[in-house]
Amino acid sequence: MLFVELIAQGLIQGSIYALIALGLTLVYGLLRILHVAHAAFFTLGGYVGVMVANQTGSLAAAIVAAMIVAGIGGILVFRLCYQPILHQPPFVPLIASIGLYIAAEELFRIIFGPSGLTYGYAFLQGQVVLFGSLRFKLAEIAVMLGSAAIIGVLSLLQTRTRIGVACQATVSDPQMAESFGISLRRVGDINFFVGSALAAFAGVMVSVLNNLVEPTMGSVPSYKALAIIVLGGLGSVRGTLAAALVLGVVESFGTVYLGHFLDRNAIAFAFLILVLMWRPQGLFARSG
Amino acid sequence: MEYEISLATTMAISVLFALSLNMITGFCGQISLGHAAFLGVGAYTSGILAKAGVPFLLTLPLAMLLAGALGVIVGFASLRVRADFLAITTMGVGFLFVGIVRQQDVLGAEMGISAIPDTDMSKLAFMLFAVAMAAATAVLSAYVRRCWMGRVFAAIAEDEDTVRVMGIDVPSFKLTAFALGTALAGLAGGLYAQHLKFIAPDSFGFIESITVLSMVVVGGIGSVIGVTVSAAVLSVLPSWFQVIGDYKLLVYGGLLFLMMRFSPGGMAALVTRVFHPDRWGAK
Repeated sequence: MLFVELIAQGLIQGSIYALIALGLTLVYGLLRILHVAHAAFFTLGGYVGVMVANQTGSLAAAIVAAMIVAGIGGILVFRLCYQPILHQPPFVPLIASIGLYIAAEELFRIIFGPSGLTYGYAFLQGQVVLFGSLRFKLAEIAVMLGSAAIIGVLSLLQTRTRIGVACQATVSDPQMAESFGISLRRVGDINFFVGSALAAFAGVMVSVLNNLVEPTMGSVPSYKALAIIVLGGLGSVRGTLAAALVLGVVESFGTVYLGHFLDRNAIAFAFLILVLMWRPQGLFARSG
Repeated sequence: MEYEISLATTMAISVLFALSLNMITGFCGQISLGHAAFLGVGAYTSGILAKAGVPFLLTLPLAMLLAGALGVIVGFASLRVRADFLAITTMGVGFLFVGIVRQQDVLGAEMGISAIPDTDMSKLAFMLFAVAMAAATAVLSAYVRRCWMGRVFAAIAEDEDTVRVMGIDVPSFKLTAFALGTALAGLAGGLYAQHLKFIAPDSFGFIESITVLSMVVVGGIGSVIGVTVSAAVLSVLPSWFQVIGDYKLLVYGGLLFLMMRFSPGGMAALVTRVFHPDRWGAK
């Protein structure tokens, strides 16, 4: 039974990773930037969520507010921070992004205090028993279903709407897309909005799951999400999803069987390094 | 006086550490987000050996050797993956180092290693020794930059494929850059352990790697003088201004971001822009 339980826990963790990493992939696919500061929107989502939830008592309102605020924040970051340095060599935006993230994390600490906030209401804390003897928190089920639903809707939007197709076209050939009248800036806005909103959704769900929002909650996911998009083959949405779930499961097994030798984060990165040495283009990318 | 001496020692170690990263990232263009791991390897090697009774000065070459050897191994990764992938891989190496050290009782696990024995040197002599090591590294850096190898490094940073086409053995130059840079980081680590008498895994984590990277970037990637000055200033800023000490990470993060956003060439480029406007823009 341990086996099934570990897989289930891994998939739950994996779907959280997937939500965060998807935004990173969208940004990377479009701009070729490793957007470390992305995790700041995960934390921002947590803070906005907990504040709105405690004011209104509604989790739905909290999620919507968090997603909108983070989405707008994402657009601002794109316009003010990244767009002016896109023509620089890749390490320039990367380092700028790391600086931005570190500064953001400190700002959260200074504004909201180091100890973190908790929810005044008990959301989704009930337990359900599935498949005989596996116990889940309702929040864990909600994370899984929510991620699956959001990702499903997104992939429909991407293939069925004009703007979705425009985004895809821009990723595969920006110049050609532009000459067909697609505004690169608008596509960038949309990608940053959607990506940051997804991260904020993940932030609210994780903070509900742990009943805690703290300034450093984004630091581990931010670096791990980088590992995931690299595993997924940088810029590939399907690869990212698969990599997120695989990493979640690898970690949950790893902590049980390798825990006395490596901590959880080290397992993720050991896995990453092994995979990269074997397949430098990522686990799920086509070669070349 | 005690305090000033300690501050000068910290400064010298930071300059040495920043110059070691500059060797890899600045000269050879191979970005590393896990450089603190090699500081850690040096610190742990020197600390453990010193506690086992090995004379301090003898622990330094061994610290350099081990850090350099591990650096070459990580360097092999730079042959396999490039740019963004390499950045993430080296970041992974940093996390791996901390993750492994944290779980090993031999290495003191979470508690780290404390009570590292004193050397025969007085505090003042140790400070002068650290400054001499930093100065020697600066001279070595300036030399490497001018010699044939340094020119190949610069060419690799500029356009690796062209260098390869010209028939130059790129892998061995990259590995040399990694070996040099990480061995020097090991030396800095040995000094660090001896200076603080106490080391713990968290001192060598991602934040430390970013701090040293920000020293290099703020100074001007590849500029020996720029990196020396910025490492010296940034390392003591937190002690001079308590406000900066409290908001150290905010200042570092903000500086890093503003520098990249407005002057990706760092202080060195800013200075050139102000004093030699004719030279600026030529490159």
